[in-house]
Amino acid sequence: MGMIEIISLSKWFGDFQVLKDITDTVERGEVLVICGPSGSGKSTLIRCINRLEEYQQGKILIEGLDIHGRDVDVNELRTHIGIVFQQFNLYPHLTVLKNITLAPVKVKGVPKAGAERLALELLERVGIHDQARKYPAELSGGQQQRVAIARALAMKPKVMLFDEPTSALDPEMINEVLNVMKDLARDGMTMLCVTHEMGFAREVADRVIFMDGGIILEEAPPEEFFSKPKHERAQAFLREIL
Amino acid sequence: MHWNVIANNLTYLLVGAYPHGELGGLAMTILMALGGIFGAFWLGLVFGLMRLSKKRWLYLPALAYIEIIRGTPLLMLIFWFYFLAPVLWGRSLPGHQSALISLIIFTSAYIAEIVRAGVLGLPKGQMEAARGTGLSRMRAMRHVILPQALFNMVPSFVNQFVSLTKDTSLAFIIGVNELTKAATQVNNRTMVAPTEIFITIALLYFVICYVLTAFSRRLEKKIMRYQARQR
Repeated sequence: MGMIEIISLSKWFGDFQVLKDITDTVERGEVLVICGPSGSGKSTLIRCINRLEEYQQGKILIEGLDIHGRDVDVNELRTHIGIVFQQFNLYPHLTVLKNITLAPVKVKGVPKAGAERLALELLERVGIHDQARKYPAELSGGQQQRVAIARALAMKPKVMLFDEPTSALDPEMINEVLNVMKDLARDGMTMLCVTHEMGFAREVADRVIFMDGGIILEEAPPEEFFSKPKHERAQAFLREIL
Repeated sequence: MHWNVIANNLTYLLVGAYPHGELGGLAMTILMALGGIFGAFWLGLVFGLMRLSKKRWLYLPALAYIEIIRGTPLLMLIFWFYFLAPVLWGRSLPGHQSALISLIIFTSAYIAEIVRAGVLGLPKGQMEAARGTGLSRMRAMRHVILPQALFNMVPSFVNQFVSLTKDTSLAFIIGVNELTKAATQVNNRTMVAPTEIFITIALLYFVICYVLTAFSRRLEKKIMRYQARQR
């Protein structure tokens, strides 16, 4: 049984079909990189997994459980699936520490002291424990994204979704975020990353998926995908970004 | 000029017959304004949040409420409530209570729309991030969306509250002894100084509204500093 099973998933925005009959299985501990041109449906696909997007056809199972099952509580489901966004989406009115402790305290009922201890540990892990009392706007983009990762990890998720986590960053800050992600991957986290960071994919991905027009065009281990992509459009895409 | 008329009736203009009789005048105006602001804020917040809901049984009543109230003159609402209250409650409400309820209902419809606009004005990512960590919609509103949105709404709120303060003068029409009523009483009694009397109450209205806007300006400066920090 895979950690995440996506079965014949289709989704429409009005008349436009963004996802066309997608089927894929992600194993526990697997690091999957999803790439493809913009509008190919890759972000939509991972956002379906924690139900930030609804889909019209098909199924998604997490550890064998249909995420649209009748007795599934969507809020409970989301506590198991961390998500990191392109635009960080930190809460600007709360300190870094409060950004991280909000969900553990309010959703899981973790006592405040325990949540803060965990938050400081996570900040240490992402390398910015000295910024806990600051507000998001006082941090650089790279630091903000690392806080966002810590915020997601604070719920102790089984899966982490990354939706273009480095696309909004200045070039010199990309690596500090990728390093945190690599660290997480080596720790055995199941990760789905929509990213164009091919260095990251080469280093830690178990598998690369190339999407275009709402379908998975190509799927291969990173070495194979980068050295000899089979599909013409994947070749064109790689020429474009490398 | 007969400024001595003002001097002789100043207590009446400020507090009515109080403490030997009923409270009135400026004090009544201020009380009604404060009660109205308090009530309209909370009622408006509730209707604004209902209006934002995706559930039809929540947003449809809110939508109807907002549209109907906004399409009704306040003066008519005051009349309406004054004459309807005895039918609804089986006894008549005192004029100031009935006027206060009308003011609250009227203003809350506008507050509801301010709340809606303020919440929709925040980046979508804020709600997504909060929901993404497992917070329910209600909790996300309470802890993530509203603290930011309400802060941004302050200038619009103050605008509405200034209107409400001035609109308390309409309660005059159903005999509430607030500042405008007190002024007309003094005028009818003395007969010689309408100019002085109405200049005086205009000044008094101006002063309380100015206090509100001055407070708002200070808050806005604070907000601008806060927003500058976010960039």
